[in-house]
Amino acid sequence: MKVAYWPGCVSRGFTPELHGSMAKVAPLLDIELVELDRAACCGAGVIAEHNQELADTLNARTFALAQQEMARGADLMMNICSTCQGAQSECQERLDASSEYRVRVNESLAPEGLSYERGIANKNFLWLLVEEIGLDHLRSLVTRPLTDLRVGPFYGCYILRPTDRVGIDDEHPRDIYLQQVIEALGGTVVDYAGMNKCCGFPIITMNKDASLKQAGRHLGDAKDADADCLVTPCPLCHLNLDLQQPAAEKAVGRELDLPVLHLPQLVGLALGLDPKELGMGKHVVKPTTVIDWSTSVVAGVGGGIGSRAASGEVGQ
Amino acid sequence: MPEYTLKLRRYSPESGEPAYWEEFTADLDGHRSVLDGILQIRDREDGSIGIRHSCRAAICGSCGVSINGRPGLACHMHLEEAQKRAERDGGVITVEPMGNMPVLKDLIVDMDAVHWKKMQRVTPWLIPEGEHPEREYIVPKEAMVDVTQTMACIQCGACVSHCLSMEVDPLFIGPAALAKAYRFVGDPRDGQQFERLRDLSEDPHGIYDCTHCFNCIEACPKGVAPMSQIMRLRRIAGSDHGIEDRNNGHRHENAFVKNIERNGLLHEADLLPDSYGGKFHPRAVPELLSSLPIALRGLQRGKITPKKALLHEHKAPQEVKDIFQRVHGHDTRFELNLYVSGKDEEQSGEQDNHDIVEGAQAHGTPSSSSAERSPNSV
Ligand code: SF4
Ligand code: SF4
Ligand code: FES
Repeated sequence: MKVAYWPGCVSRGFTPELHGSMAKVAPLLDIELVELDRAACCGAGVIAEHNQELADTLNARTFALAQQEMARGADLMMNICSTCQGAQSECQERLDASSEYRVRVNESLAPEGLSYERGIANKNFLWLLVEEIGLDHLRSLVTRPLTDLRVGPFYGCYILRPTDRVGIDDEHPRDIYLQQVIEALGGTVVDYAGMNKCCGFPIITMNKDASLKQAGRHLGDAKDADADCLVTPCPLCHLNLDLQQPAAEKAVGRELDLPVLHLPQLVGLALGLDPKELGMGKHVVKPTTVIDWSTSVVAGVGGGIGSRAASGEVGQ
Repeated sequence: MPEYTLKLRRYSPESGEPAYWEEFTADLDGHRSVLDGILQIRDREDGSIGIRHSCRAAICGSCGVSINGRPGLACHMHLEEAQKRAERDGGVITVEPMGNMPVLKDLIVDMDAVHWKKMQRVTPWLIPEGEHPEREYIVPKEAMVDVTQTMACIQCGACVSHCLSMEVDPLFIGPAALAKAYRFVGDPRDGQQFERLRDLSEDPHGIYDCTHCFNCIEACPKGVAPMSQIMRLRRIAGSDHGIEDRNNGHRHENAFVKNIERNGLLHEADLLPDSYGGKFHPRAVPELLSSLPIALRGLQRGKITPKKALLHEHKAPQEVKDIFQRVHGHDTRFELNLYVSGKDEEQSGEQDNHDIVEGAQAHGTPSSSSAERSPNSV
């Protein structure tokens, strides 16, 4: 399938390994990425806080650019960031609700020859994995199952709430997709208290202590539940959970040392990609519990079995 | 009559025993509420079960609890709906007291200790300025419609229960009280808009302490959307009154907005210093020094490469700048509140066939009913 691809800012800034790993994983899943390289930041809720119409206009412009790609054959728009998903869904909710408002916003897009038409399908990579690619197909692509790897899901608020805005319902239990994907990849889901909570990033410059306490608490809970690592579809969560983890350790007064993977990295590992290629060396917390660096094998598996797994003999 | 298993968290301080779980069975129609179930159990099996309630119709706000991990009104949740949600947790409807507040007994929490105290903190009454008019105050209709969303609050505490900022910072003023603050800030009869806002901005546990987790929007049975009200308070405090709070809240917002206007995409490296008032701002220096180890770690790992991460160029900088200019140039800031305006009649189904992935369209778009907009019917 072909998607109008919105990578977001952070995946090209502080977490380049996210954008990079997505590019590596896409061909294996038969996804063609057409990057929306003229689109602007989604505002991450902050521009909406400053001026709603401004955020709505910037995102309407992104949607309009995506719709141009759709007219040229892309199936839908895809993002790789919970925060982009939530911020864009919020703007879309307003834009789609009122034709009058759309006219007003589209006037600002007119000089560029753009216009947004209501009802764009914009899905996070996580949703696309489950709803478009399908768990069965995903399972069939696994060459290196994440055997014995204990993975804690960390969603990010923006992709979970409000449930009706992000389209969580009986047919689309998007709040358990991460668990489903981890299982499809052969891993073990770790249930822990912080799974659906906030990483604290939005207040890191305003109340650093409260911010880091949130990150530290959830990491600690996952650790106590024996997680080897966390996986998140949100690069902003990744900043607070990984980049800030040493500071979070101080804030909660305990050692954490828990690696945090981006979703495409976890998928890439199971699909047989090399951890280095997936940028796993770029994390602040080295994923030693996830990777046996000598053989590039998923952990939880001993050396001997590990090397067999690496050469694809195990698990299929 | 269908049977439902209800697992209740029991606790009574006089006993000296720790809290424990107890399972009961209720036989009631599925459309009866969880509260009805608990009351039946109390009548038939154990008269000592503690739960607050009065109206049984989602009006009085007494019966806030947490059902299978989600906060809400016990009288507002049908047994069959609760059962459906419980399937994920082993099929048992689990009822606990609300969070973030001390438990007095069983399902009853101490609202005075937390919720009401915070409510008082925001001076929840009108402070008009100047002489009282001889007769009634005349206010524009739109202004009152604007505050009706916050007036819909029934003080149930469901939003407070799962507030994630409060979980780590018990001093945070919190969603219900801050929504109430907007009720007066937004009221044209009130004369203390600036003072109220300065107070709530400067307080380290005020409007800039909200971590934007949406739990309060999700929890509220009345569509008050406290988080949205907090964002409006920030907007009015910062943009209309120019309040530069000591929490860097407004500075951070400004830095972010300018950053995008300048670059089209977020350049994180500038954001941090700008949020503290620029690289050479006295406030910025200690903050930047303390974040230096983080930046160094990033450099070490090849995360922060000056060229790639920090100077990636945008392909349409002028187009983005034009939009900023255009929207900022409007005479008044326009805000569409779906709670007030509702949605257009036409709804999904017939439109958008141009961008449909087979069968995948409907869930890519928001559904037609919005909790933020529509107070739930009883
Ligand atoms: S959005 Fe803010 S006020 Fe609402 S629950 Fe989360 S932290 Fe609390
Ligand atoms: S804002 Fe909503 S959830 Fe919070 S106390 Fe009021 S009615 Fe209850
Ligand atoms: S009993 Fe009044 S709100 Fe539930």
